[in-house]
Amino acid sequence: MSAPAPPAGDPAELASPRRLVDVVLRARTFGIVVVLGVVVAISALIQSRFVGGGELRFILSQTSLYALVAVGEAMVIMTRNVDLSVGSVVGLSAYVSANMFGTHPGIPTILVFAVGLGVGLACGVVTGAITAIGRVPSLVVTLAMLYIIRGIDTIVVGSGVVLASTEPSSFLNLPTDTVLGIPDIALAVAVVVAIAAYYLNSFRSGRDLYAIGSDPDAARRAGIPIAKRVFTAFVISGALSGVAGVIWAAQYATIESTAATGLELQIIAAVVVGGVAIFGGSGSVVGAALGALLLQTINSALNVIGVSSIWIEAIYGLMLIAAITLDRGIQVRLAAALRKRRVRLGA
Amino acid sequence: MSEQEQPNDEGGEGSHRRDGEPEPAKAGAQASAAGSGAMSAAAGPTARPILSVRDASKAFGAVHALEGVSIDLYGSEVHAVVGENGAGKSTLVKILGGVHPPDSGTLLGSDGRPLFLNGTAAAREAGIAIIFQEPTLFPDLSVAENVFIARQPRRRGGRIDHRLMRRESRALFERLGVPLDPDRVARGLSIAEQQIVEIGKALSFDARVVVMDEPTAALSATEVARLFGVVGSLREHGVAVVFISHRLEEVFAICQRVTVLRDGRLVLTQPVSELTAGDLVRAMVGRDIAARAHEHHDPAGAVLRVQNLSRAGIFQDISFEVRAGEIVALSGLVGAGRSEVARAAFGIDEYDSGSVFVGERRLRKGVPIDAMRAGVAMVPEDRRQQGLVMDMSIQDNIALASLRALTRHGLLIGPAQRAFATDWAARLQVKYSRITNPATSLSGGNQQKVVLAKWLSREPSVIIVDEPTRGIDIATKAEVHRLLVELSRSGVAVLVISSELPEVLAVADRILVMREGRVVAELAQAEASEERIMAAATGQADVPVAIKDGSPA
Repeated sequence: MSAPAPPAGDPAELASPRRLVDVVLRARTFGIVVVLGVVVAISALIQSRFVGGGELRFILSQTSLYALVAVGEAMVIMTRNVDLSVGSVVGLSAYVSANMFGTHPGIPTILVFAVGLGVGLACGVVTGAITAIGRVPSLVVTLAMLYIIRGIDTIVVGSGVVLASTEPSSFLNLPTDTVLGIPDIALAVAVVVAIAAYYLNSFRSGRDLYAIGSDPDAARRAGIPIAKRVFTAFVISGALSGVAGVIWAAQYATIESTAATGLELQIIAAVVVGGVAIFGGSGSVVGAALGALLLQTINSALNVIGVSSIWIEAIYGLMLIAAITLDRGIQVRLAAALRKRRVRLGA
Repeated sequence: MSEQEQPNDEGGEGSHRRDGEPEPAKAGAQASAAGSGAMSAAAGPTARPILSVRDASKAFGAVHALEGVSIDLYGSEVHAVVGENGAGKSTLVKILGGVHPPDSGTLLGSDGRPLFLNGTAAAREAGIAIIFQEPTLFPDLSVAENVFIARQPRRRGGRIDHRLMRRESRALFERLGVPLDPDRVARGLSIAEQQIVEIGKALSFDARVVVMDEPTAALSATEVARLFGVVGSLREHGVAVVFISHRLEEVFAICQRVTVLRDGRLVLTQPVSELTAGDLVRAMVGRDIAARAHEHHDPAGAVLRVQNLSRAGIFQDISFEVRAGEIVALSGLVGAGRSEVARAAFGIDEYDSGSVFVGERRLRKGVPIDAMRAGVAMVPEDRRQQGLVMDMSIQDNIALASLRALTRHGLLIGPAQRAFATDWAARLQVKYSRITNPATSLSGGNQQKVVLAKWLSREPSVIIVDEPTRGIDIATKAEVHRLLVELSRSGVAVLVISSELPEVLAVADRILVMREGRVVAELAQAEASEERIMAAATGQADVPVAIKDGSPA
């Protein structure tokens, strides 16, 4: 719904305060950008090193992985579902893909990405099929998948560990490679975000995701193939998590079976902070990616200004509460404005 | 029940649409006859009906919702369907909309071929659009997308043509004479605007029949005027409009033909010009006045007092009292605000101003516990959702509101609970096989008795009963009426909300008629009649006078 504002000379409107609705909703994404700016500004004032290229590059590079997973998660949440299995998928994919270097020395990096993608796709297909076709609540299905995939991970890894020494340096340098000063991975993820945003905006199947989350009954009545769309959303979420797993491997090099444990909650936090309604229907993948960027920036900022990292989780929690309070406040305001208006128009 | 109609050749209809736009759903069997010509046809009924309902019947369980009803719908004609609550109007709408297939009878298209509507999609393909009183839009999507959802116009590569979609929507709303901004989100649209969006959607489907189910019930006067304009432009475009309304002045204002339903049967179908409002009211009500369940008696002092209660947009300045030993009925049409007043008085909903007293005690607003402590009980309208815990046993349901009295040291006493429940089930003559069976095992009437037992066992001084006999059989109905009367005899103040006029007349000592959020009439039992209540409820203040001449006293 990032449609441009209607041209001037619009016909006279029925609802005079309609702008209120649109402006407020669009302001949601803008709000994240503002908060982001404030965080950066404050951090820079306290510690000027923060706005040096190195730190910002680090943040972007760190954000990429989160943003990638958040895009998939956002698409799932838009349909009034949730994917709790993303952390496990990232962990499994990270191990399997990094392990490829040990079992197939000299394997091209692109093939390793394909393997990670494959792992993610497989997980997404299973989760999506159970949820969409079996009509089981996704909260339960993906919670089960969280444990199952983590269990598989533990069995596969055993007590083993992928060590950095088995991975080629070209792979381990991926997170720090840059083009024009911007990390390669960040650019690639930005492209993914852009494609996802374009898809959600410009294709029927993409709009269907919003419709399903907005009102499932109405969606059914409109003839939208709900099961198919929800299935697709889970497959995309799985696939993106799989790719993110490879990035995880490159970033952390040493991979154990506990890799990315608990990631799913950080991702959901990022998505919600980014303005995707937890009950579906509204929000954007750009917002979700910005949410990931904001949380990551706060993380780094605390680091740079010397606040102990033990605060970070509490602050994530506060951000979440701030975000949903904001959303709730907007809703209440709108409802009140609407009721007043109806009274005014009332006979 | 399979889809039997053959969609016409996609390009067959000479339509106003351009290439590359979404193909409108074809009007199925009747499109061939009602094709392009009718779209531009001048106003005035065409010779053949666009849609005919032949001898349709529909029963839900033992209740005959519709019996042998036949209606012809013509293009460029607005056909009113009127009747009391429960006369079968909604069932007719659902048959037309493909929600419920009729048990017997058929629908015929304009070419005389039968239509089998086995779902909303089939009805839409047959060119029938239903505009519900409260439409369900996608609140998060734009108005244009709500019109075109899943049928958005596309460019090459499958990309949605947002600009064309916007232009098309704007053109639709201009055709309807209502400039709605296609870009705004649907959230926050008034009900009137949501209806316009639905009508726009119907037009985009090239609907030939548009059914409006009480569209004006929730609209303000200006909004109603605008809707009438829209109905006018639908007529100009050759559409057959079915207009369901409780407001007789609206029938006379915009409809050409009217059908009256009563108890599921068709009473008359006639041109509006041949009828008066008095004729319509008589046709709607015209049954024997039900026998009264009790004789009048003198009630004691006021127990429940509601003073100047208002909630913006819902109800205004409501004042009444219910005395001990008295049954007061809140009557009026669905949507008049009766349940809302009761809910506010009991503390479920907030209110803006006014006060509620039980005896000398003022109830805090929005706190149902306060009302319960003051001795008020409320039996809600929807027993399955709000009155009972369906999966719990009959025994537990009856004891649920009296648990405090049945515990010792915070623990429930099983035998006491069972004795308590058995006693109350017997007093209300609940028919069950085992008291430990779940509430789902009971019939509707017995479920209602369980709900009553649950509240009566608290021995309230005031009881509010919302639609006490909805959906239960006649024998049990009479029992419930008897119960309410006995209750008031024993000194309880009873407030009944009912859409069924015979019920109101049978049990009430006093009747308050609500219309559009206000109490418009107060009738004592002796002066009340179905005609007078209906006249007040539909805003036909002059009707009682007109009836005096021709109707029995």
